[in-house]
Amino acid sequence: MFRYIVRRLLQMVLTFFGATFLVYALMFANQKDPIQALVGERPVSESQRIALTERYHLDEGFFMQYWYYMKGVLTGDFGTSMTGRKIYDMMSDAWPVTFRLAIIAIVIAAAFSVTAGVYSAIKRGGIFDNSTLLITLVLLAMPIVVIAPLAQLIFGIQLGWFAPTATRDATFYQLLLPAIVLACIVIAPEMRVTRTSVVENLRADYVRTARAKGLTRMRVIWVHVLRNSLIPVVTLIGVDLGGLLAGAIVTEHVFNIPGVGFNLARAINTEDGPLVVGFVSILVILFLFINLLVDLLYAALDPRIRYE
Amino acid sequence: MSDLNTVTAAEAPGGQPNVPHGRVKRDKPRSLAGDAWNDLRKRKMFWVAIVMVAAILVMAIFPTLFTSADPSQCALSNQFKGPAGNALFGYDFQGCDIYAKVVNGAWNSIKVGVLSTLLSGVIGLLFGLAAGYFGGWVDAILSRFVDIMLGVPFLLAGIVLSRRLGGDPKSDGVLAVTLTLGLLSWTSGARVMRSAVISAKQQDYVAAARMLGATPGRLMLRHILPNSIASYIVLLTLLLGINISSEATLSFLGVGLKNGAISWGIMISEGTQFARSEPWPLVWPALFLGVTVLAFIMLGDAVRDAFDPKLR
Repeated sequence: MFRYIVRRLLQMVLTFFGATFLVYALMFANQKDPIQALVGERPVSESQRIALTERYHLDEGFFMQYWYYMKGVLTGDFGTSMTGRKIYDMMSDAWPVTFRLAIIAIVIAAAFSVTAGVYSAIKRGGIFDNSTLLITLVLLAMPIVVIAPLAQLIFGIQLGWFAPTATRDATFYQLLLPAIVLACIVIAPEMRVTRTSVVENLRADYVRTARAKGLTRMRVIWVHVLRNSLIPVVTLIGVDLGGLLAGAIVTEHVFNIPGVGFNLARAINTEDGPLVVGFVSILVILFLFINLLVDLLYAALDPRIRYE
Repeated sequence: MSDLNTVTAAEAPGGQPNVPHGRVKRDKPRSLAGDAWNDLRKRKMFWVAIVMVAAILVMAIFPTLFTSADPSQCALSNQFKGPAGNALFGYDFQGCDIYAKVVNGAWNSIKVGVLSTLLSGVIGLLFGLAAGYFGGWVDAILSRFVDIMLGVPFLLAGIVLSRRLGGDPKSDGVLAVTLTLGLLSWTSGARVMRSAVISAKQQDYVAAARMLGATPGRLMLRHILPNSIASYIVLLTLLLGINISSEATLSFLGVGLKNGAISWGIMISEGTQFARSEPWPLVWPALFLGVTVLAFIMLGDAVRDAFDPKLR
């Protein structure tokens, strides 16, 4: 187990530097005149040029610049956005909103998909099962650019059940509709996995034994079967959480939520390189750690799985 | 040869032409594809998907069958007017015929979707084949590279890359989006291909062919590839739907198609601005995009179920 973790951590270091370098190169390569890009339309004097070149290491090679930048990121100094704000401050505004959004979405998705998945597995082939299979297929296929604006239009504007946009300090109520929209993306696979897993476990020997001992059907299903069936579901939810943190770009854009995706989309459009790379670095770290945790959790939940 | 004649369908290796002529039809060994086709034919979902995909393809290739109006002919005096005459869906903010625009938008979606899926299919195939066949350090390097690619969230990488590639201010962005999606979406396919190749490589017929002196190239192309490509092609069917959806997403965010190219994503983005008072310019392109992606995903889903023997 220890060797497995060490190996994974080493791989993560490689992936982290590779992924951040890819994004760094895409944002900063072929930049014609970074100093002019920084100051905008104003003329730059020679002394300012020298000072800025010194400050941003512009006279050194591309790899060295990447190295200086990463050194800053890893010591907590994310630098300054093109807008002049400290990137650290922007992050501490954006991350909590996105976290809350992702957590609400995950809770909604998990509650719904586990209940519905277990129910359709028990009543396999019934009306509920077939109709949920169809609905999950539609949900699976619907692009988020279709779901998010339509949900905002129907439930936010026409019916007025939810808040159509969020403010800076988004309340739970304001985040509810976007969270449901986000949940829609992950409900379909989670429910399908729950259903398949429960169907498989219902045939297992231990279920027959439990039934033979005279346990009630409810106890067998909700205690014995569910506990064993949830292992793949839990891992899937973990992976989804990582995806939701990054995948909220469209949803946050549509609902005007000032979270990570919203800031990122704006930063990319204004060519705010430092801001993009800063956010992406944190995203990649989170993504990698969540995936590692999920794999470890898998081993903890299922004693049959052993990592050498 | 009498032994061969009694080989049952289950034991026969997939699709090998080892059956002499004049056999009774029911004993003919069935290939994986043949089995899958038999299974597919019976599915209602498959036929629904086929009909939908066919309708969308006809609409994309021959838009004039559906509307004679020119989607670029817009008159501001028509702004937000309701349905009238040939303009079944009314007019949008610019006074353009929504129906004509939506019908003509299918072509760009299909074009970007198909081309990017082909590109990603080729890259993933080469990556998976090389990593799976050679193993060792080739596999280690290629797999780490795939890990790195998967480490960057897809949409994020898509936005950044699409902006970089679409730098030319005059182009309509089709090439940039196609390249972006093709270069980013091959990773999961490459993993599937790699594991399929690894399991095919260990089969006896590969060892037999190698012993007969087959070169690595022949082994890969004639023996391993045909036996490992089924699940990969199925995955590409699904990817086609996903890429169409990604194109709309990039266009929606303003980094996809541009300069007057018609895209459902751009129409949705414009529609959201006035949705409070005029919902229809948003609803129609959203419906068309949703149904198109659904059709391709349904097709891919049905084909995957048919090809996956474990689900039978």
